[in-house]
Amino acid sequence: MAQHGSTHGSHSGHGGGHGSLKEYVIGFALSIILTIIPLLVVMNGWLHGTAAIIVLLGTAALQFAVQLLFFMHLREEKGPRYNLMTLILGLIVVITVVIGSLWIMANNPMY
Amino acid sequence: MLDKIKEFASWFFVTGDPLIYGADIAIALTTAAIIFVLTYFKKWKWLWREWLTTVDHKRVGIMYIIASLLMLFRGGVDALLMRTQLAFPDMQFLSPEHYNQVFTTHGVIMILFMAMPLMFGLFNIAVPLQIGARDVAFPFLNSLSFWLFFMGAMLFNMSFVIGGSADAGWLSYPPLSEMTGSPGVGQDFYIWGIQISGIGSLMTGINFIVTIVKMRAPGMTWSKIPMFTWSVLSSCITIIIAFPVLTVTLALLFLDRYLGAHFFTMDGGGNAMMYVNLIWMWGHPEVYIVVLPAFGIYSEIVSTFSKKRLFGYGSMVFAMMSISLMSYFTWLHHFFTMGSGANVNTFFAITTMIIAIPTGVKIFNWLFTMYRGRLTFSTPMLWSIAFIPCFVVGGMTGVMLSVAPADFQFHNSYFLIAHFHQVLIGGVAFGYFAGLYYWWPKMFGFKLNETLGKWAFWIWNIGFYVCFMPQYFVGLDGMTRRVSTYSWDTGWWGLNFTSTIGGFLMGIGFLFQVWQIAHSIKFMEKDTTGDPWNGRTLEWSIPSPAPLYNFATTPQVTERDDWWEEKERIAAGKAPKPQPVLEPIHMPKNSAIPFIQSVCWFAVGFGLVFHWLWIAIPGLLGVGITMLAHSFNYDTDYYIPVDEIIRTEEAARRSV
Ligand code: HEM
Ligand SMILES: [Cu+2]
Repeated sequence: MAQHGSTHGSHSGHGGGHGSLKEYVIGFALSIILTIIPLLVVMNGWLHGTAAIIVLLGTAALQFAVQLLFFMHLREEKGPRYNLMTLILGLIVVITVVIGSLWIMANNPMY
Repeated sequence: MLDKIKEFASWFFVTGDPLIYGADIAIALTTAAIIFVLTYFKKWKWLWREWLTTVDHKRVGIMYIIASLLMLFRGGVDALLMRTQLAFPDMQFLSPEHYNQVFTTHGVIMILFMAMPLMFGLFNIAVPLQIGARDVAFPFLNSLSFWLFFMGAMLFNMSFVIGGSADAGWLSYPPLSEMTGSPGVGQDFYIWGIQISGIGSLMTGINFIVTIVKMRAPGMTWSKIPMFTWSVLSSCITIIIAFPVLTVTLALLFLDRYLGAHFFTMDGGGNAMMYVNLIWMWGHPEVYIVVLPAFGIYSEIVSTFSKKRLFGYGSMVFAMMSISLMSYFTWLHHFFTMGSGANVNTFFAITTMIIAIPTGVKIFNWLFTMYRGRLTFSTPMLWSIAFIPCFVVGGMTGVMLSVAPADFQFHNSYFLIAHFHQVLIGGVAFGYFAGLYYWWPKMFGFKLNETLGKWAFWIWNIGFYVCFMPQYFVGLDGMTRRVSTYSWDTGWWGLNFTSTIGGFLMGIGFLFQVWQIAHSIKFMEKDTTGDPWNGRTLEWSIPSPAPLYNFATTPQVTERDDWWEEKERIAAGKAPKPQPVLEPIHMPKNSAIPFIQSVCWFAVGFGLVFHWLWIAIPGLLGVGITMLAHSFNYDTDYYIPVDEIIRTEEAARRSV
């Protein structure tokens, strides 16, 4: 494996760090805030109906972005764009799951 | 006190059925025998050092294969129990409750604990060798995947004698699988057995994607990757997009059962149909996860035994990759009858028909590869040839099922059963058998006996058609799946009886395979060349069985089918490729953590099944501690010195 370059395990050094401590702390704080907001909104009944749903979906989308930017290091890649390709694949999958289910269920008279 | 213990035992252990008592005795005897043999021959240490803690992909592969063959046996016995019950009208062999448990267990075991591990076993055996690598990308994770699968499978299998089996079908639709329909622990065994092994499957998917993307030998560009490796890549991509859906779905079902949530219940705002929707988002891709590698195996075998390059390499790659993505857009064809209206049904009917096109393309690739080839009919090739007509018929009945209005007639009938067994046995199982025969010499260093193999092959095949062709007709005649009995006036007796005969023929075919393996171990025909089939890809360029480090020096790839081209060059009198100088080889160290952590996961699952937190919580702690222990362990690798490599290589060559 020695000849195969830096593919195996952590010992081979990645060149260029994986974000700083500051970045991780900010990411951590943001994700906690983004979790607490929807929780408070729903548990305390601050918002109802569409407004509540919009807040829930909005914080969920932001949460997703925080994860990608602060923990998955989406901005930092070089070389073949595997991160971007997998992200696009992931988005296709997520959209299929969500839109597909909504569409199927909306057409179902039993539900 | 004694009464209390008695009461507990009669609830904890499954009682009241002679079959189960038989199984209890068999399990006790087998366990005692294993312990005795290991102790008598002082093999405990050997077992622990060489197998339980190994991270070598070849050994992990062998363990997968052994476990899956045992599961094939258990699933097969279940199948024969069902066929016996259905052999005559009004049979009194299995009670309806017991019949439900048997078909549920059969389905789960065959797909999740037989097909998947057999497939992972072949991945492990062949992929690193085909791409010229020393191991998979994450050997530790690989061993963890295996042990998680193993513990999940054991947990699921245990429900047969402890607590009672699941009986809500292999996909466990609610409300039947909710507390209201299945109050016992069987359903929880199902959930945790699948969850624990499912984490392993997901990790294997990731592991092999990284291995294939990152660890190929220098010079092996994308257009030179062997076809089996391509098929593994496509299958693994499908694994990582589909398995998380299964995990989440079963987690929600568990919350319903354990905490009284209402995701899929009939009351409290639950929606049982959402479960059907979600589980098939995994379920349909799953059938392609298992069949794509089989396509890869057929491609390797057909070109090896035709002594020709595979016809249409590019189209084959394109077909597999597009199937791997497309398989995510057809799931609704499993529940056309749920009634989501004409628009939805039409959309999914069309996607289903579209996916049949790349599948059809491949059949032509194989046929044109054989056309004007110099064919030899060894057992791997026989299974591959038999697959083609079988899959054509299975595919065509699949397209019939995809016609949504017609599916209202076929759905949940024996017609469907015949269809999916035809693709699963004729496509998946035949493919894995072919792969097993093909790579066996590479795994163990000896060939399997061809004569017994041919007997097994013919009996299996005849048995297959005798068993499943009548089921198409009895299905069209109105017999639905999952019925435990029928009456004389239905007129289904003849077809069912024929089908049962076929089932037992396949059982005999399996026995021939067992005999074949035993016979071949005894009268070993050693594979001294490392290349018994005159192969084309890199795994045949090294001795059989492969040395621990696989390749003494990393191969330099220049062509597709590199090993074949090298042999041609040598035959034409040209000089072989120059060998680079030997260097010390960097290898991963064995680790006990995967095994221990999986035992802890087993405890978590078992505790949650019985709502015994005093087992589940220590189990979870154990999982956490082992994870930490591994994180802080920096002593994970070592180097094999050059003189040891020279010694190993010389020993391998001496046996030539
Ligand atoms: C040629 C491509 C294929 C087509 C067009 C196709 C189509 C279908 C359809 C429409 C159904 C649902 C029928 C119903 O519920 O009434 C079905 C069921 C099934 N198919 Fe396929 N299929 C194909 C290939 C495969 C393959 C390759 C496998 C496995 C390796 C497979 C395994 C299954 C299984 C397990 C079921 C049963 C699901 C259940 O329990 O209800 N199919 N197929
Ligand atoms: Cu499907």
